[in-house]
Amino acid sequence: MCGIIGVIDRKRALMDGSSIRDALSLMNERGSGEGAGYAAYGIYPDFQDCYAIHVFFDNLVEPKSRVDHMLHKWGRIVHQEAIPTYEQDGLKRSHIPWRYFFKPYSDLMAGSTTPEDDVMKYIVMETNSNIQGALIFSSGKNMGVFKASGWPEDVANFYRIEDYKGYIWLAHNRYPTNTPGWWGGAHPFNLLDWAVVHNGEITSYGTNRRYVESNGYTCSMFTDTEVVAYLFDLLGRRHGLPEDVVVKALAPPFWDEIDNMPEKEQELNHAIRLTYGPALMNGPFAIVVATHEGIVGFTDRIKLRPLVIGENEDRLYISSEEAAIRVMDPEVQNIHMPRAGEPVIGRVIV
Amino acid sequence: MSLGSVPLKYKVTIDREQCMHCMRCINNCSYGVFHREDDRIIIDSRKCTACHHCISMCPRDAISLQERPVDYRSHPLWTAEAREDIINQARTGKIILAGMGNAKPYPVIFDRLVLDACQVTNPSIDPLREPMELRTYIGKKPPRLEIDKKDNGDIEMLTKLTPNLKLETPIMIGHMSYGAISLNAQLSLAKAVEKTGTFMGTGEGGLHEAIYPYQKNMIVQVASGRFGVDINYLERGAAIEIKIGQGAKPGIGGHLPGEKVCQDVSCTRMIPLGSDAISPAPHHDIYSIEDLAQLVRSLKEATEWKKPVFVKIAAVHNAAAIAAGIARSSADAVVIDGFRGGSGATPKVFRDNVGIPIEAAVASVDQKLKDQGIRNKISVIASGGIRNSADIAKSIALGADAVYIGTGALIAMGCRVCGQCYRGMCPWGIATQRQELVDRLDPEIESEHVANLIRSWTLELSELMGAAGINSIESLRSNRSRLRGYMLDEGTLDVLQVKPVGA
Repeated sequence: MCGIIGVIDRKRALMDGSSIRDALSLMNERGSGEGAGYAAYGIYPDFQDCYAIHVFFDNLVEPKSRVDHMLHKWGRIVHQEAIPTYEQDGLKRSHIPWRYFFKPYSDLMAGSTTPEDDVMKYIVMETNSNIQGALIFSSGKNMGVFKASGWPEDVANFYRIEDYKGYIWLAHNRYPTNTPGWWGGAHPFNLLDWAVVHNGEITSYGTNRRYVESNGYTCSMFTDTEVVAYLFDLLGRRHGLPEDVVVKALAPPFWDEIDNMPEKEQELNHAIRLTYGPALMNGPFAIVVATHEGIVGFTDRIKLRPLVIGENEDRLYISSEEAAIRVMDPEVQNIHMPRAGEPVIGRVIV
Repeated sequence: MSLGSVPLKYKVTIDREQCMHCMRCINNCSYGVFHREDDRIIIDSRKCTACHHCISMCPRDAISLQERPVDYRSHPLWTAEAREDIINQARTGKIILAGMGNAKPYPVIFDRLVLDACQVTNPSIDPLREPMELRTYIGKKPPRLEIDKKDNGDIEMLTKLTPNLKLETPIMIGHMSYGAISLNAQLSLAKAVEKTGTFMGTGEGGLHEAIYPYQKNMIVQVASGRFGVDINYLERGAAIEIKIGQGAKPGIGGHLPGEKVCQDVSCTRMIPLGSDAISPAPHHDIYSIEDLAQLVRSLKEATEWKKPVFVKIAAVHNAAAIAAGIARSSADAVVIDGFRGGSGATPKVFRDNVGIPIEAAVASVDQKLKDQGIRNKISVIASGGIRNSADIAKSIALGADAVYIGTGALIAMGCRVCGQCYRGMCPWGIATQRQELVDRLDPEIESEHVANLIRSWTLELSELMGAAGINSIESLRSNRSRLRGYMLDEGTLDVLQVKPVGA
């Protein structure tokens, strides 16, 4: 049980983090005060061409010098600083959140069509697997994840989330069962442009994990949610599939439904299930995934976790609870619930 | 009783109070245990194989059977079996032939693996009330899907799929040839796979005309003897399997004793009547992996690339690397036959000592293919010693796409695993070509028994998956985090990539 909420302004009008903090706090019944987090797109306009790398350091000596060393080898650090934080009574500081704005050298990755992304992915995997005391939890451009162990309002105030202005926000209120108290275990999870918030438990994790690992990803977060980010990166970025096809691969229609589709649609869905069987995510989940271009919300094939949609002009809201959406936007229209496995997509219009 | 012989294996007794002298036991025993002297039934226990046919037919439950009524002085090393094999070989100077699978008491890894179930944090799924998908496709899958999304939202697929076999359940029946088993037995299996939407193998015995109506559910086999192979045979099959090896006898070819080569078998196999059909140990056109790839391609060319081609190997130490080589050919599936796999006739020394367990072989094959990024190129079929639905669930969780069953299907038709298949006198009408015995097996009834077995295992599999919160078989495949090892050593856990219980 966890609470999730996401919002996009399709015309990229910026929203500060205060209203999503209040919406998330409303769902405190879905959490346990041991993890909360926010992701926002459009927050670093001054560094929009740089990868914004957010790191949890255990100290600024040994782990940081190793990360610095690796970044210097693979590219140029344009700017770096501690992420501003403000002590909260209810939040125990376990790490030092730090951020780098980084430009990789694109000629260092042989045989890649997206060399900058692949350098960045390599740095994330390498740091998180091999550098003790450093965890990269955010690595996209002009976006950032802010998370910690604590109640949503404490985490938000710790980072002073209202100081950031984004056109897409995701937020997550965690009820942990696996790795309580670990900041890395809080959501959102992020890799490159992908951010994920997830309510649920993926029963096919072992299958999905072995699939992404055989495609060059390393799972290092001890939780099932990170495979969602890697699956989106693999299918969406590397295989070039549109979001609705990615969702069809992860939460496909049942064979009975496919058998009754018109021929062309049947052929496509059949091919998706055959090709991406190991990517199918089983078990209960509601997920919202974001990139700088939009958000996608979807649930498992039999909708074992809640997901509600609301709209208001350019804004699209996706949440576990209608009440949370109403906190953010009392004027919200068109509240409805998508069917199991059906993707809800909000894209920026520019 | 011959003088100087070894002690009896089984002692048969008749409760004379119960016996009503119906003489059914005399008629039913093909091994000649019973005969009549005046009004009395005389028993020659030495001929008994514990096939239980007399017991199953006795209307009064008057027959009892005891194993090893007289034993040797017990000794941990010089077991009765060790002593008797030596006595036997001292007399004959020959290789000891045996039937069925490995009979040594090696630990069974399946029995030291436990499955997972959901509690609280995720709901189990109830297959009585929710969809549960066991449909399985066997064959090559593309590494990725290339599509073209048009401006109007239409999606055009650029990737072309190769033919796959569609199974309604991940349970197939392995290859048991006409010759090794009777036509009625093969017919029963064929009817059963048709009823349950799955497939079976012909074995290296050709395809008898009586099986033609079921050819769309048959996988035809090409083995080293090439018995029964012609273009008609290849074209009739739904898929073609090249048999390189068999779990019951890795490294050697098939054995069909001449006693079982009757007129019909000789025609179907295209060999002389009454001759031993001993297949060569290797295929004499396959001396290396590239030769195998050529044969795969030749069979594909011959059948216009319309049929999946499987390659079956025995689970040997290097099975993972061999499977990786096979995945690089045009083959669509690799069958791994574990060392407990059955056989109608095999040298005992091979049956009991050569090869590795299917559990370890499947786990390492799946892992090797994943490490090399070629798992999609080939389906993995596990076989050899699968006894129940839990073994199937565990095989799939270790990385198999589907399983072959063999002995289990024979038991469903009456077989009691007496292990005398090579003698051709099977009283159940299964492993025999004697017409009077074959007639005992009614394909209508036995096909229903086999189909029931497949149905009940499929139901149990659905329940196990539902309890684990999984509603599609592909989410169980290679999902090793849903397995735990109980009292398995660290080395084995490492090979299986399974955590110990409690971890």
